[in-house]
Amino acid sequence: MMDAKEIIARRVALELRDRTLVNLGIGLPTLVASYVPEGVSVAFQSENGIIGFGAPPPEGMEDPHLTDAGGGFISALPGAMSFDSATSFALIRGGHLDMTVLGGLQVDASGRLANWMVPGKLVPGMGGAMDLVVGAKRVIVAMQHAAKGQSKIVESLTLPPTAARRVSLVVTELAVIEPTDEGLALRERAPGVSVAEIIANTAAPLLASYDVPEMAIAPKGGA
Amino acid sequence: MREAISPEAAAALIPDGASVMFGGFMGVGTPERLIEALIARGVRDLTLICNDTASPSCGVGKLIETGCVARVKASHIGANPTTQKKMIAGEIEVELIPQGTLAERIRAGGCGLGGVLTPTGVGTVVEDGKQVIEVDGKRFLLEKPLRADFALLRAHEADYHGNLTYRLTAANFNPVMAFAADCVIAEPDEIVPVGVIPPDAVRTPGVLVRHLVRRPQ
Repeated sequence: MMDAKEIIARRVALELRDRTLVNLGIGLPTLVASYVPEGVSVAFQSENGIIGFGAPPPEGMEDPHLTDAGGGFISALPGAMSFDSATSFALIRGGHLDMTVLGGLQVDASGRLANWMVPGKLVPGMGGAMDLVVGAKRVIVAMQHAAKGQSKIVESLTLPPTAARRVSLVVTELAVIEPTDEGLALRERAPGVSVAEIIANTAAPLLASYDVPEMAIAPKGGA
Repeated sequence: MREAISPEAAAALIPDGASVMFGGFMGVGTPERLIEALIARGVRDLTLICNDTASPSCGVGKLIETGCVARVKASHIGANPTTQKKMIAGEIEVELIPQGTLAERIRAGGCGLGGVLTPTGVGTVVEDGKQVIEVDGKRFLLEKPLRADFALLRAHEADYHGNLTYRLTAANFNPVMAFAADCVIAEPDEIVPVGVIPPDAVRTPGVLVRHLVRRPQ
């Protein structure tokens, strides 16, 4: 049995399109880079100032001036470029970023995302999340369906929103959900998970056709 | 020509209560030797303007850990539990600013602009107290320029005219901060003779840099 995070990362990987620019958030979204489908060439941006980074180099070969937004060591692939923060966010906010994958604390029935603070408890700050949600052409939320037994998909956000914008797609270990004008549309169910189970575990109304297909996931290993 | 000074001499220029921009992203591209010298001199009540507060043992995190800081303007403090603890205890004041907005406010401050209009933050708590301006039917927040008394930069190479280069992701906020402070002090990894850095490779024009910090002896 795959764990929840792996299912999510492998499903999100199928959203990657050839020759696009993609920004992966810290945490779960970072795992998506391990499952890029064969034949799909994606340039990954890290908002601290690079396009075209790759896996961490072997131990002892790290460059202290070459890190991702979480501060972890990365490598630069041939054709990579580096730039300052104003340029990095010109790329993000200016509509030059094809897709971002972000973690989430809540998504509500209108498709708004909350992912940057829990008042009085956890105040990490928004970092680049607000700019990414406003600026990326597609915003994919990669998150576990529930936290501490509570559905993270809710009728209306109880946490401060990251942006007013409706996100493009939500991928959890149970379902793929697309926010639409009419509400949250249940597009796919995870292997072996029934529609009834998803509805029972979701604290917002879901629009489901009578035949919701099972989700495909990217093969292990990737390209 | 600039004379290279010691980190201690540079730290002595920065009075208690100063507002200081620090280049760096999670401690990468941060002037660590200047930070050490500021801690050694026991500076107090600084206002930090920086992307993040790194971690307690790294970069500007060390200034927070040692009680040098009264106020922080940053986009992210999540990797430094001390910042969060001191904020909740009311020991330091924290203003959280979206990362792209922080970069643009600093850029505006350094470029003589009266602010920037950004869609980032519309419909969120970031909008509170700010002017919303509609341009061609789209809503933007007016974000005001940000400047500081000092900008402390980390560069890769400098020459004695103050021209600077950066490496890879260590550039981050350094180039934009070079424009936005009354006094800019750069801590390069290397100082090379004038003429060694090709003009096209200079990322920060030397005219912006007041002092260079000597390389480690």
